[in-house]
Formats: sequence, structure tokens, C-alpha cells
Amino acid sequence: MSEEKLVLGFEGHTVEKTVKLPEGEPRPWDLTSKLEVVGKHHPRVDGLLKATGKARYTHDVRLPGMLWGVLLRSPHGAARVKSVDLTKALASPGVKAAFSLEKSEVRFHGDEVAALCAETLDQAREAVRAIKVDYEVVPCVVDATDARKEDAPRVFAKRENILTSPMSQKRGDPAAALSSADKVVKATYRTQVQTHSALETHGVVARWEDDGSLTCYASTQGTFSVRDGLTAQKLWKLKASECRVIAEHVGGGFGAKFGPGVEGVAAARLAKEAKAPVWLMVDRKGEHLSCGNRPDSVQEMQGGITTDWKLTVLTVSSYGTGGVAAGAGVYNPGDYYKVPNVEKREESVFTNAGGARAFRAPGHPQGCFALEQMVDELADAIGMDPLEVRLKNDPSVVRQEEWKIGAERIGWKEKRNKTPGRGAGGDGAPPRPYAGTVLRGVGCAAARWGGHGGPGATVLVKVDEDGSVEVRSGAQDIGTGTRTVLAAIVAEELGLEGPEAVKVFLGDTRDPVGPGSGGSRTASSIAPAARSAAAQVKDAFWAALKKALMKVADSPEGQMKGGKVLLDLNSGPKWIPFAEAVKKTGKKGFQASADRQDNYKGAGFHEQGVAGCQFAEVEVDLETGKIRVLRVVAVQDMGTIVDALTAESQVIGAVIQGVSYALFEERIMDRRSGRMLNADFLHYKIAAPADCPEIVPILFPVAAGMNNVGLLGLGEPPTIPTAAAIANAFANATGVRLREIPMTPARVLAALEGSAKPKKEWR
Amino acid sequence: MAEERDGVSRRQFLKGVSASALGAAALARAGLPALRAEDGAGGTTGIERIPASGGKLDLTLNGKAVSLACEPRTTLLDLLRQRLGVTGAKDVCDRGACGACTVIVDGKPVVSCMLLAHDCSGKKVETIEGIGSPESPHALQREFARCDALQCGFCTPGMVMSLKALLDRERTPSVEAIKGAVSGNICRCGTYPRVFEAAQSAARSIGGGK
Ligand code: FES
Ligand code: FES
Repeated sequence: MSEEKLVLGFEGHTVEKTVKLPEGEPRPWDLTSKLEVVGKHHPRVDGLLKATGKARYTHDVRLPGMLWGVLLRSPHGAARVKSVDLTKALASPGVKAAFSLEKSEVRFHGDEVAALCAETLDQAREAVRAIKVDYEVVPCVVDATDARKEDAPRVFAKRENILTSPMSQKRGDPAAALSSADKVVKATYRTQVQTHSALETHGVVARWEDDGSLTCYASTQGTFSVRDGLTAQKLWKLKASECRVIAEHVGGGFGAKFGPGVEGVAAARLAKEAKAPVWLMVDRKGEHLSCGNRPDSVQEMQGGITTDWKLTVLTVSSYGTGGVAAGAGVYNPGDYYKVPNVEKREESVFTNAGGARAFRAPGHPQGCFALEQMVDELADAIGMDPLEVRLKNDPSVVRQEEWKIGAERIGWKEKRNKTPGRGAGGDGAPPRPYAGTVLRGVGCAAARWGGHGGPGATVLVKVDEDGSVEVRSGAQDIGTGTRTVLAAIVAEELGLEGPEAVKVFLGDTRDPVGPGSGGSRTASSIAPAARSAAAQVKDAFWAALKKALMKVADSPEGQMKGGKVLLDLNSGPKWIPFAEAVKKTGKKGFQASADRQDNYKGAGFHEQGVAGCQFAEVEVDLETGKIRVLRVVAVQDMGTIVDALTAESQVIGAVIQGVSYALFEERIMDRRSGRMLNADFLHYKIAAPADCPEIVPILFPVAAGMNNVGLLGLGEPPTIPTAAAIANAFANATGVRLREIPMTPARVLAALEGSAKPKKEWR
Repeated sequence: MAEERDGVSRRQFLKGVSASALGAAALARAGLPALRAEDGAGGTTGIERIPASGGKLDLTLNGKAVSLACEPRTTLLDLLRQRLGVTGAKDVCDRGACGACTVIVDGKPVVSCMLLAHDCSGKKVETIEGIGSPESPHALQREFARCDALQCGFCTPGMVMSLKALLDRERTPSVEAIKGAVSGNICRCGTYPRVFEAAQSAARSIGGGK
């Protein structure tokens, strides 16, 4: 063990910490590190592959003799399955295998009932319609509020519909604090069910090999989770080593793509029965119905504030539904601001709808939508600027800085509407009649997240005798830029020119084990292992140079830069290309693998998790009820910035998803039949190019120092505050609170009407 | 759709119906530049009857002649992806709602999931594979990579093809025209601002314009 003194934090706020490093660990990057590659803007290493259509996704896998699989899904919200007759389907043209999932009941529209495969997809789609299912339809309940009622149909015969979550939080004495606060606000906030809607749907292509092993191409966020799910099946005996999962490129994953899923197991089973590879990708409708969603929420909240701007109490009682799955909780409201008294209760309610799955910062956008509006409402109650109230109560030194940067950039002082709801003609009167009236306002909201990553990852770095460099991990890149991050780190460590000098192999369980892409922890988990492995390779290379009697400095520190190595040749010191130097060692190459170590105890800068904040400027058309988001400034901490370009893309994308969540997306269920009415992209509206605001991503680098890279998760946090910031901006524009998303024109108009209490003199 | 037993299968409905007439109608409904049946190989009446079992189809794909038997219900997208193994265009919604399947037919961008393959008879079809490769990319492809106008990349081929059609027609398009060209292309990862940026910079490099 060696000790290192690190300078952590950010310019203007630095701390020195001494860390004990595990054996062989390179010195962690901190504010004193001079980095050549890391931190710059690098195009992603697989960008051209994707832009030319050459990137192969699971959807695109075509194997010789491959059959096409399709699932049959329940058209009912709830039903008993009395029989499934496959006879006609099996006799249909091209069909090679079919089976029933042997369910005695189906619990939601889209619940899987049977599967089959045929020579063409059209044949499979046609044959699946020939499966005869005898259903006895039973009453269903699709709405969380309805499902909580005494006489509601039970989703699971043997379980209550209501599940009280253990995720509750309590501190201080909320009741006393509510009665002693100077101002108390009570409000109920509502959020909707959102589906993940990754453009590539779930699915796998499965092939049984001659040796009895199984190869699965999967659209997944967790190659190893697919393998584990497949080997756990009782349908076959399969050891981990006999199941290979490949996810070379993944067409988006926002939390729902873990494990093989019903579709993955079905594909493997069909492939076994048909003795041929089977492609089974879920179609768009199935994806909406059955492949995950973000639960909705109803959050009754109370908050208290003192006239000297201190938040003293927050209570929230929430419920929501994750369909047939649990997990409809919201995050802990007491985690953002210094609030001494907090209470949270929550219920997750079962309904007859597709099961919720983790969705980009699970529970957080919902909770933030309520909390951050509440903070604004409390500020209003004491007549204070909501930004000032935040600055007063925010314990994060990082976010304190971010609030100021963001406010400056959006123009908080100038743009803040001093007379919300009164813009028409500048006479201070409310804008009636509405015709042609457009109001503007700005709002802000905060985000926090962990995403430190941790053990459970191994990375292999290899230098070939010709000097080419590769890095391998079995983890996947779901579009976040993990490949580029790994390449940049290895390039930095080996003094190569940039990420493009490193070949990255990801998404194959034959390579070293890696984490699933959840909790924004892929890069933060594997990056330190990649750096350790590269450092070992570097040391071995340096030792070999010396052994080959090359005159070199004692340590490689500062001797490898820009793809060149400094050697003392007969002619004097000379920078020669890395590949040539490798040749001079006379070795066949170098390789090392390293495990991800635990984060150093107590050493990190970020004890409270990453910090971010966003500012939105909106325009509200009072005549049509349309909200246009004009601009979003997103300031986000992520520890060490490895590749600024892809990191900015992550922030931009998260904001757009937040805009989409705030204004458009909503799963609509028919209460009687239990059917989802908008299970397509025509009626389930996702933000399109025309809806996209100007987005200003501002990365806030912090030397975090809890491992040798100090990278923190970025995928999730920037999607958390967008909807809340937009809602606050709406209130600043109109003087009206809209406590429900999506903020559709109909809801906007209703809210404006409901609050319009025009005084006589204006009529 | 076909995954579920209720409702009418669009494909079954199309099976055996006169492909040309119906394809044109479907396109018109989708608000797309209708490829008129008369333009096809259908002869003077503009209506050609293709048996459900399939009929011969000739078209040009990325400059190469393709000739094969094809069922009337097969969409251009399915022909490309399922029959020909040309998988650059993506099947995302299969309903003309996302633009991921965009290809260029006789110079016009079309969503290939809404176009019957037989309606492309005698036409020139251009896909993402045909306009450049990693070794020699089209300016748009190069700029998409450089500006990071892609994340997961699943929407990217459609975006690029929508923009390629624009740049073929207008060398110095305005930002508004660029936004208009991709207005039907959905990206779940949220790449829009950088798509606009990449398109502008590609246009500059091709047209030397503003
Ligand atoms: S797949 Fe054709 S438009 Fe969506
Ligand atoms: S880059 Fe993923 S959908 Fe556009």
C-alpha cells in the first residue's frame, strides 16, 4: 500500500486528502494531473460505424437458416386462460415451432400467452393469429386511484393491491414543525406513466451451437444479466460458460433492458425446438405494453418555511402504480436541501398494466417535480426569489456554484417575470382576452445522484507486437459513449494520440465481466479498471524496453506522449512512434487485466452524490394552451470529465427526454377493457425535432478522487430536474401552478381557466 | 398488430390486393410524396394485379439492379431488411411515425415501412449503405460522427437519409429547412441539436454555402 496526497474539488474550492492506494494502483487523477486526452472533446469511436449504417444491432442480426419469432399477447386487461390451441398455427405455412406459455391467467393487455416461429416474419405474424385462445374475461383495474378502493378487482388473487413501501424516510418532528413554520403550503402533484420507448425494442437472436452451448445476441443493458437469466431456466441445463451473450450495439436503453425477458427465453426455446436460430424482437406495440415503464405518482405534499428563508419541514404521502410490478415510489424529498423535519410515506399499487421497470433515475423525476415546485411555492408564500431560497438551503458546495453559473447563463435576473400572468399590453392587467397573448417565464430545479460505480468489473488491455492497442470488457455501450470513455482512458495512460488509437471490444460475455448499465455506473465502474490494466501494461512495456537495453528514463512518467515514446538513441534523445518502441522491446506484445477496486474509503470529494441544476425558459400561448420550451441551461457535475463531447450529448439527451416527459408523453389506458389506447408512436407522443429547445449543457468538472479515474455517473441525473424547471417557468410566466404532467394544451387551458378570477376593474 | 390476435392485420388485408393502387393511397394518407402508380411498371392503366403468392419485382438498389419475386404485401422496409439483408434502415414503429426507416426513392425521402415494395418497381432506391462507408463517408455521415449527432445510433440512418435528400435538392439549406427535413425523425436519445449542427456543417462542406 502506498499513500498519495490528492488535491480534490474544483477551482475555488479545493481540499487535500490523503488516500491509501491498493497495490499496483496508479495515482488517482486530481486537480494537479496534467491530462492530454482525458477531458477534451472526442468524437465517439463508433460514430462513423453508426452513421454509415454499418453498426450491427440485435435487430439486424441475420444468421444462416434463421427463423422469425413472434409472441402472442393478451388483448384483455385481465382474463382466465381456459385453453390455448396451437393446432392451426402449427399447420400454417412456414411454421417450425410453437408453444404456449401455459399461463392460467393473464393480468394485463400485452401479457405474453404463446410464441411461435416461421420461415418469414409475415408467416409468423399470420400464424400467430391462428392460435386459438379461450379467454374468460374478468374485471380489471388500470388506475392507481381506483385500485386502492376497497371493492377494486384484485390484480393478484392472493395479494392486496396496495403495497406499502419500506423506502420511507423520517426525521425530526414534522408535525410540530408544520405548526411552527411561518408559512405552510399544501399541494398535490401528479405525474403520468411514461414508457421507455427505446427505438430498438427488446429482443434476442438465439442460436444453439453444435456443442450444445447457446449464443444469444441481445438488445440489452446487461450482457451478463441476460446470461444469468438464461442459465437459470429450468427448460435446459446450461452452465454460465456455455451461454454467450453478445450486444455489440444497442439501440437505446433507459433502464428497462435487463435479463433475457420473456422474449429472450422464448427465442431460445423456439430455437431449441425448431433446431434453427431464431430472431425474436418485440414489436412497437408489445414494447409499449409489456417492456417497462416509469410508474405514475400522486404526491400529497406539505412544506414549511420561515420568514428568514429556511425550509423547516417537508412531508409527502405518495402513491402510484407500476402495473403488475412494484416499485412506484418517489425519491426521498429530504435528500436535496437541509430540511430538519421530513416525513415520507409511499404506496405502490398493483394494477392490470404492464410492469414498471427502472427508468432513467427511477423515482427521481417524479419526486423532483413535486419537491422543486413545492420549494417555489414556499418561496412565493414568503415573497422571495425561489433561487435565493435554494441558495440559502442547499448544502452542496458544488451546486451552490452551479446555481450561480446557470442563473447567469439563462439571465435569471432579467428574464424572471416580475408580474406573472400579466403581460398583455404591459398594463399590469391579466391577459384577457387571451387572443394572441404569449407569456414568458423562467424556472429552475435541482438534481442529485450517486453513480460512483464499484467492483464487479474486470478490464483487459492488450498491446500487440505491431503496437496496436485494444481494450476488452464484457459490458455494453448502450449509446452513452462507454467505448469512447474506455479508449480515452487507455490512450491517456499509454500516451497515445487519442481514443481513435485504441480498439475497444465491448458487449460479449466471453470478455471479462462487467456491470449492467443501470444507476449510471457502467463507465464509473469499468473506467478505473481500464486505467489500472493500462498502467500495468505500461510498466511491463517500460521494463521490457530497459531489458532490451534501450536507454530510457527510470519511469515512463512523462516519457510517453502524443503516440510517441522518448528514447535515448545513439544519436541522442528522440521521440519515436509507440509502435516502433514496442518493436524495439522484441516482445510479442503485452497484456494485463485488472479488477475494479472498491472506492477508497472516506477519500472521495462527493459524499453527497453528484449535483446538477437546470434553468428553463418557456413561452406559454394563452390562446392555444401550448407551452414552448425556448431554452434549457443544464449545469451538471460528473466528477472527472473523460470525453466532453459524449458527456454533453448525454446531458442534451436527458434534457430532451425531460421536455418530452413534461409536455407530451403519457400512457393512456381504457378503464373498462384495460387496454392501452396509444401503444404506438402516432399517439404516444415523444418530443420531435420541432419541440427541441435550445439546450446549453455546462459540464462542471470536479476532481472526485474516490478511485483512480474519479468519473461519476452522468446518464441519469440530468433528466431529473427538467420537468420541474419547466413547471416552475410556467408558473413564473402565467402566475398559475400546473401541478400535473404532461402539461398538455388542454391541461394548460383548464388551469388558466380555473385560476382566472378576474377582478371587476379589468372586465 | 400481428403480435395480438384482435383487430385486422394490415398485412393480411393487403395480401392479394392490387399493390400499386393501394400503396399510392397509403402514401397519400401518410402525407408523403405519393409515388404514382403510373410511374411504376404497371402499364397505362396504372393498376397492376400481383398475385398473393408474389410477382416479379425489378428495382435498382444503391446502383445495383435487383430482381426477385416478391409478395404484394411486402413493404420496401421488409424487403430490404428481411429479404435482402440490407439492415441500415431501421424498423422502429412500422407505421410511418418515426422516420427511422427513411430511404430515398427516385430522389425523394420516403418512410419505407409505408411503401409497398412493388411500388418501387423500376425505381432507384438509395439506402444509408449506398451513400458512404466508414472509409469514405458522405459529408453528412462524417459530420454526424464529428459533431456527435448520434448516441445509440438507431435513428441515425433515417436522419442522415432525410437530410441527404434535402442536400441533394438544396445545396445551402436554411436551418429551418434542415429542421423541416428531419421533422418526422424521432430520436429517443435526444440528439436533435447536434443533428441540426451536423447538417449545417455538412451543407457548408458540400455547397460551400452559409
Ligand atoms: S419504422 Fe417507418 S416510420 Fe417508423
Ligand atoms: S441516437 Fe438513439 S434514438 Fe437517436
